[in-house]
Amino acid sequence: MSIGLEIGLAHYLVVAAMLFTIGVFGIFVNRKNVIIIMMSIELILLAVNINFVAFSAHMGDISGQVFAMFILTVAAAEAAIGLAILVVYFRNRGNIAVEDINMMKG
Amino acid sequence: MQEFSFGQLSFLTGELVLALSVGELLLIGVFMKKRGVSIVRYASIAVLLIFAFSGFILNGTGSAFNGAFISDDFSQYVKALIGVTAAITLWFSRDWFKRENLDQYEYSILMIFAVLGMGIMVSSGNLLTMYVGLEMQALALYVMAAFNRDSLRASEAGLKYFVLGALSSGMLLYGMSLIYGFTGTLSFAQIASVLSGQESVNAGIVAGLVFMLAGLAFKISAAPFHMWTPDVYEGAPTPVTAFFAGAPKLAALALITRLITGPFAEIQHSWVQVLVVLAVMSMIIGAFGALTQTNIKRLMGYSSIANMGYALVALASVGAAAGGAAGVSGMLIFMSIYLVTVVGVFAVILQMRTRDGALESIADLAGLSKSNLPLSLTMTALMFSLAGIPIFIGIFGKWSALAPAFDAGLTWLVVIALLSSVVGAFYYLRIIKTIWFDDQAHTFVQAPRSLTFISSASALLLFPILFLPFIAAPARALIEAASASLF
Repeated sequence: MSIGLEIGLAHYLVVAAMLFTIGVFGIFVNRKNVIIIMMSIELILLAVNINFVAFSAHMGDISGQVFAMFILTVAAAEAAIGLAILVVYFRNRGNIAVEDINMMKG
Repeated sequence: MQEFSFGQLSFLTGELVLALSVGELLLIGVFMKKRGVSIVRYASIAVLLIFAFSGFILNGTGSAFNGAFISDDFSQYVKALIGVTAAITLWFSRDWFKRENLDQYEYSILMIFAVLGMGIMVSSGNLLTMYVGLEMQALALYVMAAFNRDSLRASEAGLKYFVLGALSSGMLLYGMSLIYGFTGTLSFAQIASVLSGQESVNAGIVAGLVFMLAGLAFKISAAPFHMWTPDVYEGAPTPVTAFFAGAPKLAALALITRLITGPFAEIQHSWVQVLVVLAVMSMIIGAFGALTQTNIKRLMGYSSIANMGYALVALASVGAAAGGAAGVSGMLIFMSIYLVTVVGVFAVILQMRTRDGALESIADLAGLSKSNLPLSLTMTALMFSLAGIPIFIGIFGKWSALAPAFDAGLTWLVVIALLSSVVGAFYYLRIIKTIWFDDQAHTFVQAPRSLTFISSASALLLFPILFLPFIAAPARALIEAASASLF
C-alpha cells in the first residue's frame, strides 16, 4: 500500500541538516542563557549521529554505527565538562546570561 | 583485513607510555596530597620527554589496527616537537602556579591527556581515530583554560573556549559524516582510492571537506574562526596560554597536512581555495587586530592568528605545486622556529611580576632595560625574530613558509603575507621601544632560574646557534624525511 511516501536516505539527511542548522543558530542567535547553548551543541552532535546511522544503514556498512556510539560517548564527556565549567563560571559571576559574558573584549 | 598482532603496538609506544603512566600519576597525586604535586610534575616531564623521543629511538614506521594508527617520519618529528614543548611549558609553569596558590597535580595530568590526544591526532589514519584524538586533546584543554577556578576571567575564557570548541567539533563531525556517506569508508587510504577513481568530485564530498577544514581552522585559530583566541589567551592562566600557543596549534596543523596529502590529495582544487582564504584572512586580521592591544597576552593571541596565516600559506602551496613536499617542509621549519620563539616569549611574560602580583600589560614593560638588562635583551631578540629582522632566525622561518608558495605561483598571496608582516613589525617594534626608551615603570622580582634559563636559551637559539651546521643539518634532514614520508 505504497502511497509514494517511502522514507529514504534523503529524508534522513534533510532532517539531520535541519537539526544541524537549528543547533548552529541556537548558538549564535540565542541571547539568553548558556544552558540553551549546551542544548544546541547536543542537537548538533545528534544531527551528525542521524547522518552516520542513516548512511550506515543505507550502505550496509557497520562502521558508521560504531562511529555514532563513539560520538554519544564523547558527547556525554563533553556535556559533563561543559556543565562543570559553567558551574565554575556561575560561582564567580552570579548569573549565566549570554550578554553578560563580556569581561574581555577587543 | 590486517590481522592484529602485538608487534603492531610498538608503533604506538609513545602513546602507550603516556596512557599507562597517567593512571599511576593520578594515584600518586591523590594519595600523596601536597607532597605529590612536584613528584607528579617531574614524572610527567619525564614521561612527556619519553613520548617525544620514543619514535626516534624505536624508529618504527608502519601502521597498526588496520591502518587506523600511522607511525611515520612525519608523525615522529611532529610528536617530538609537541612532547618537548609540552615538557618545557610544564617545567616553567611551576613558579607561576606556586605564587598564585594554584599548584595542583591535576595540571600535569591534564597536560599528559592533552598530549596523548595530540599524539593520536597526528598519527591518525582513520576518521574515527582522528575524532577521538581531537576530542581527547580538546576536552583536556577546556579544563586547563578554566584551571584557575576562582578567577572570573579564567572561567569566562574556559566557557568561551568550550562553546566555540564544541561548535567546531560539531562542524568537523558533520563534515566527517558527509565524507563517510559519499565515499563509504572511514579510512584515509580508502577515501584516497575512492576519490582517485572518480572523474568529477561529488558536491557532498566538497561540502564535507569544507566543513572539516572549518572545524580544524577553529583549532588552529585561523580567521574567520579566530574569535575565541584573544579572549582565551588573555583569560587563561599564563602558563596555560604558553601551552596553547604552541603544541595544540602544531598538532592541528599536522592533522590538516595529513588530510590534504592523504585522503584529499586528489581533489586539491577543492581545498586550495579554502586554505588560501583562511590564510589571507588570518594574516590581515592578525596584523591589524594586534595594533590596538594593550595586554601582551592578547597581543600574542593576534600574533598567533597571523602566524597561522603564514603556515597556511605554506600548506596552500602543497596543492598548487607539483610534488608539494616543499610546502610541508616549509610549514614544519616555520612551526619549529615559531615554537622556539613563542616558548621564549611566554617565559619572558611569566617573569613580569612585582611583589603585588603578575603583570600583563605592555606598558608594564616600560623602561625594563634600566632595571633588568638581560631580560630586555632576551625580549628584544625574540621580538626582532617575530618581526622578521635579518640575523635573527625568524626571517628564515617566514622565508621557508613563503618560498614554496612563490614557487607554486601564488605570488599575490606572498605579497599579502609580506605586507601583513610589515604591519606586524610595527607592534613587535613598539614593545622594543617600550622596553628601551620609556620611563621605568616597575622593578620585577627575581625570576626563578628555570624561567631565565628557558627565555635566554630560546633567544640564543634564535640568534646565532640554530645556524650552526651541526644543528641545522640534522634538523633539516629530519624535516625533509618527515615531509617526504607523506608523499
